[in-house]
Amino acid sequence: MPFVPHTEEEIRDMLSIIGVDKIDNLFDEIPAHLKIDGLANIPEGMTEMEITRLMSSRAAADGHPLCFMGAGAYDHHIPAAVWQITTRGEFYTSYTPYQAEASQGTLQLIYEYQSMMTALTAMDVSNASLYDGASGLAEAVLMAVRANRKSKSRRILMPRSVNPVYQKTCNAIVCHQDIELVTVDIDTSTGLTTLDALQPWQDDDIAALVISQPNFFGNLEDVDALTNWAHEKGALVIALVNPLSLALLKPPGEWGEQGADIACGDGQPLGAPMSSGGPYYGFMCCQKQHVRQMPGRIVGCTLDQDDREGFVLTLQAREQHIRRSKATSNICTNQGLVVTASTIHMALLGPQGLARVAASCHQNTVSLVEKLAAINGVEVIFDGARFHEAVLKFNKPAAEVLAALADKNILGGYDLSSEFPELDNCILVCATEMRSDDEINTYAQALEAILC
Amino acid sequence: MLIFEHSTKGRSTKIQAPTSADAIKDIPQALLRATPAALPEVSEMQVVRHYTSLSQKNFSIDTHFYPLGSCTMKHNPRACNTLAMLPGFLSRHPLAPEQYSQGFMACMYELQAMLCDVTGMAGFSLAPMAGAQGEFAGVAMMRAYHDAREDFGRKEILVPDAAHGTNPATATMCGYTVKEIPTLDNGDVDVAALKAAVGPQTAGLMLTNPSTLGVFERNIEEIAATIHKAGGLLYYDGANLNAILGKIRPGDMGFDVIHSNLHKTFSTPHGGGGPGSGAVGVSKRLLPFLPLPMVTKDNDVYRWLTEKDCPQSIGRMSAFMGNAGVLLRAYVYMRLLGREGMHRVAEFATLNANYMMAQLKARGFEAAIPDRHASHEFIITLKSQAKELHVSAMDFAKRLLDLGYHAPTTYFPLLVPECLLIEPTESEAKEALDGFIEALVQIQQEAETNPELVKGAPYTLPVKRLDEVRAAKQLDLAWGSIPRT
Repeated sequence: MPFVPHTEEEIRDMLSIIGVDKIDNLFDEIPAHLKIDGLANIPEGMTEMEITRLMSSRAAADGHPLCFMGAGAYDHHIPAAVWQITTRGEFYTSYTPYQAEASQGTLQLIYEYQSMMTALTAMDVSNASLYDGASGLAEAVLMAVRANRKSKSRRILMPRSVNPVYQKTCNAIVCHQDIELVTVDIDTSTGLTTLDALQPWQDDDIAALVISQPNFFGNLEDVDALTNWAHEKGALVIALVNPLSLALLKPPGEWGEQGADIACGDGQPLGAPMSSGGPYYGFMCCQKQHVRQMPGRIVGCTLDQDDREGFVLTLQAREQHIRRSKATSNICTNQGLVVTASTIHMALLGPQGLARVAASCHQNTVSLVEKLAAINGVEVIFDGARFHEAVLKFNKPAAEVLAALADKNILGGYDLSSEFPELDNCILVCATEMRSDDEINTYAQALEAILC
Repeated sequence: MLIFEHSTKGRSTKIQAPTSADAIKDIPQALLRATPAALPEVSEMQVVRHYTSLSQKNFSIDTHFYPLGSCTMKHNPRACNTLAMLPGFLSRHPLAPEQYSQGFMACMYELQAMLCDVTGMAGFSLAPMAGAQGEFAGVAMMRAYHDAREDFGRKEILVPDAAHGTNPATATMCGYTVKEIPTLDNGDVDVAALKAAVGPQTAGLMLTNPSTLGVFERNIEEIAATIHKAGGLLYYDGANLNAILGKIRPGDMGFDVIHSNLHKTFSTPHGGGGPGSGAVGVSKRLLPFLPLPMVTKDNDVYRWLTEKDCPQSIGRMSAFMGNAGVLLRAYVYMRLLGREGMHRVAEFATLNANYMMAQLKARGFEAAIPDRHASHEFIITLKSQAKELHVSAMDFAKRLLDLGYHAPTTYFPLLVPECLLIEPTESEAKEALDGFIEALVQIQQEAETNPELVKGAPYTLPVKRLDEVRAAKQLDLAWGSIPRT
């Protein structure tokens, strides 16, 4: 029997200790007419050989298209050691560290993770992770409304330059709590959120402003000015950032005069494979004074009875298993194993390695944009500084061009036209450190052939 | 030692990243980082050694019996991991066109169908990334259902007092107030109290069955009828689905919405606290509200269902396809079990729990609900040990660690004083159960003869009992000083 070790003799012994004749008698409290007799629609069990054959053929069927797609998931190199260590049974098959003394490995690792995230973001504290970047933004919005005691408003300014799927997810999660996500338009020539665009809310009570850096189009916002604008009017700042970019870019804790109040984003670029969208993790950091409003698990360093250092889950009075209906969030566990991978990933790359990866992504994208923009029928839409994504406009519908590229085994980018009607014929492209010059040339040649 | 304490300035693992990169000239200085992030600077060997040694400070299913009640810590078959991590699956971009996704989408489509079949629901979405997010999606669908009928007066969710803390927290996140329903001493919901509580304000009831007390809710049909008659909906918290897999289905019991913790019942790893999956299923009348994305099949081609197909959907729970890699692991597990393996899960999980309860009762321990069959888990209460010997459930739990067993869940459910919630799962052999029973008997003897020994435990782990009060008062949440300008 798969994954059931009992022998016939053991079953007999156990039943006799319990005092019943057969296993089915243990289910005698279930109304008989509700019991089912088998699950006819479930296929018969497979052997490990058979399932390996099936899964291998399905994985192979999905091919390995050349990836110039970003839009929230990025094709980065992950050092071999990362997942080899992460999938050690002691990490892979343990659970939330409820028994701290028997979970010091996981707890210390989370403490190290929190330390790395605060270093990367220049924020004071980090939690142990949330589910992903999109749902993490929703938690940041809920947190900001709780944390901003000066504001009576439940309105959040949400620029359209924030990833549209993040906006949708955020709305789906916060919509039941009378929170209003107010859309701020983008500047059509730069793709940025400008102070002019914020002007209509200059005199309104606003709980927080979301600033995405880089924004969804890959462009770099004037984070100092936006942060100062928000703080001057008593709004908090939620920084939505790509953690890899922080090896290069000014960290949220240093934005403007006071720094952002909450920093969040998706941890995927730090060691999680693209893997069809998950598991990734959402990170969240904040300034010290808001820590009691932060959702999710937090690990703290403390002492044991012999005054040795050790690690425990702390500030649990915020959480659902204690506060129940008054908790900061219903979140229970998070994305521990991916955080494990990410911590090892950051340790392996170090500050210089991460900075080289980030710079290489930037350079490859600059080079890709140069080569593609040289083709007749391709135009760069938003000029200005960018990290590792850019918006290109074709002289024909984007869907048509992307389909033709896909037929040549190239994922050419993300079609912006459905989410941004004003950006018809536009796509978002990305070239990470993984893309070689040859691959960039392959893309350029294929695109040229399609457009001419 | 922390990884930061191994750090030496200037050391790096040169081959893990591009070897060089030109200086950035096209980004204004004001947008750039002024000083490098204070991350550790270490070699690959230091990293491998450090994290390997950290892993060895963990208890895990692979190393220890881990009978953590309500968490279903069963064996995680390695085929599930290996096959979910095939290169084709790992390298698939979540937004890849459907022509490069048919293999992955076939797995998701079949997983949706298998989950419908084992739970008796009409449709399933795999979007939620954890049990708590599944609960959120479920209650949000209940709200969407009432709202679509313009039935706006339903402001209240009923939750038994034995429920997981996520239930009331979720109801709050969905904009509901929570009313608790008491539980009788025999473990059943107090139906009289439930009948008194329901009314036109009732949006629904969230119920775990078998309950967190480890017994099957015998009045489930009457409860379902009571809620439905009042116009409310019935939510099934799938935390304990392992107890009934292949024996009885939540859909047949009258539930309208369920979430299934795939990391419990379908054996995806717990990973030190996630990632999990809280896939949600619904009865027919709630189908339009399922969260996105989902996979459908037209003329043998799989395609994604989006907002265009499902305008009444409660929306998206994540940027992409939930915890896709976790879903692949659950899919492999279900295919390995097959139809003939499903009911064995419930049968042997239940056999193991009842065997342990019978043995512990025979050895003098007090079961919280002694006269009923246990489900896949059961509770012993150490209230007399706490009163007479001043040795608490926490002390027993810590001493178990010394004896090589992960402790059961302690102090949950909140209704039972000094409790241990024990869930052995079907994958443990009799000798592991016997070893655990002997360990508890030994601790009982120690508590009687040398209580200080038990109260001082653990002794054999990397640290002794940790000062949680200090941790919360003198917050130390990150290493070193924080670089600020």
